[in-house]
Amino acid sequence: MIRFENVSKTYPRSSRPALRNVSLEVERGEFVFVVGQSGSGKSTLLRLVLREERATGGQVLVAGRELAHLPGRKVPALRREIGTVFQDFRLLPNKTVYQNVAFALQVLGRSRHQIRQTVPETLEMVGLDGKEKRLPHELSGGEQQRVAIARAFVNKPAILLCDEPTGNLDPTISLDIVQLLDRIHRGGTTVVMATHDVDIVDQLRKRVVELKDGEMVRDESRGVYGSVR
Amino acid sequence: MRLQFILSEIWTGVRRNLSMTVSVTLVTMVSVLFIGFGLLAQRQVDTMKDYWYDRVQVSIFLCTAKSNQPNCAAGPVTAAQRQQISTQLDSMKPLVKGVFTETQAQAYSRFKHQFKDSPVLDDIKPADLPESFRVQLSDPTKYAVITSSFTGAPGVGEVQDQQRILDPLFTWLNKFTIGTWVMAALMVVCSVLLVATTIRQTAFSRRRETGIMRLVGASAFVIQLPFILETLIATLLGAGLGFGALWAAIRFGITENVARSIPITFITTHDVVSIAPVLVGGGAVVAMATAWLTLRRYLRV
Repeated sequence: MIRFENVSKTYPRSSRPALRNVSLEVERGEFVFVVGQSGSGKSTLLRLVLREERATGGQVLVAGRELAHLPGRKVPALRREIGTVFQDFRLLPNKTVYQNVAFALQVLGRSRHQIRQTVPETLEMVGLDGKEKRLPHELSGGEQQRVAIARAFVNKPAILLCDEPTGNLDPTISLDIVQLLDRIHRGGTTVVMATHDVDIVDQLRKRVVELKDGEMVRDESRGVYGSVR
Repeated sequence: MRLQFILSEIWTGVRRNLSMTVSVTLVTMVSVLFIGFGLLAQRQVDTMKDYWYDRVQVSIFLCTAKSNQPNCAAGPVTAAQRQQISTQLDSMKPLVKGVFTETQAQAYSRFKHQFKDSPVLDDIKPADLPESFRVQLSDPTKYAVITSSFTGAPGVGEVQDQQRILDPLFTWLNKFTIGTWVMAALMVVCSVLLVATTIRQTAFSRRRETGIMRLVGASAFVIQLPFILETLIATLLGAGLGFGALWAAIRFGITENVARSIPITFITTHDVVSIAPVLVGGGAVVAMATAWLTLRRYLRV
């Protein structure tokens, strides 16, 4: 599903590479934590998968596509297979919960009938039924992130990328959110979650990939956050 | 369904940036007005040139007993001199398209008609007015040929060229037309800059929506379309208003006003309608091209 082959990435105005010779393979249906300190390259890794950035060295393959040579007009099709969740939720403040989730379907040209069916289903799945008409500022942090997850998942993508989704949330809510992501994962979606939330990683015992200064230093199935104690 | 979505996005965009949209509309309207005036002024000049060049004549006034031009010191024109002038004019065909003679009696009756209410009429007798040859040229710009051939010829009092009276008028009209074109060019520059700025501002204020559209996998076309359409609507509205203003200016300023008192051919609202496709179409094309280029620069897709 996702394969990195000796991937390096150096941003234009920087001398230090953000990623250095990273090789990684994520199979379909896996759940992977990408851990590391701030600046270790977690977000860069996710941006490369999404083709927000291009690798400066090596090859990135996602869902059968080799990203370096993917023409610009084919990138939207790639992104339709990937849902993204961010630390800052990125909801549209003037749209209701329902409208925020529906937006993801509307821009892809889905029919109103399809939207009326899919959105309530997805909101129920994330535990927000009854709150369709609320605006983002009327929701708690955890609820806002659920809306973001609903929006990322409403199109049933093959891959779900999460960039520190619990960064702005307290520990209890964080666990709820990750458990929701795990439920989605168990439905067959490949989930890659970048985080520096130690407790979550330790509790869930999923595959852990650790980055340090742009290099991959650990790749453990059923891993914990810290490698050397 | 998707149409409704696009329309609602456009409507939201317009409402959010109403003042910029109104600016684009107004600037387009003024641009269209200036370009329209430029085109119409050009057309008016051409119409007038056609009208006048048909009528322009070189007049060869012959000596009378009372003429005080130096060339008439020998007295009024003789039959032989008159014949000489006529023969020479004949020999100058095809430049000379036609020659009309006006006798003193004919000159007097024309004079009586023109000055019928003037006291001067009592003092003038037919013998005081010169007879003349009215020469029509196939190429009115070559009047100098006639002037040089007949000035100072025996029996010729004066060679008057009507073209010279019209030259200042046409010079002024041409300057006016150039001035209008300069203003029109400036306005087009204004329009282009304003459309670019509006798009930049709109792109910035809608960055959250476009960011999510991009992440979710909307095509570049769907993301850019609302901007292009907003610009198109504002521009078409402005061009329409400009066209309406032009039409009204010609209809009420010229056709119903000036044209009634000055007996020359003026441009009409038909001329305005005939340049409408150029104005409106041209305006739309320029606006869309600017919008598309600005979006390429400032909107990440």
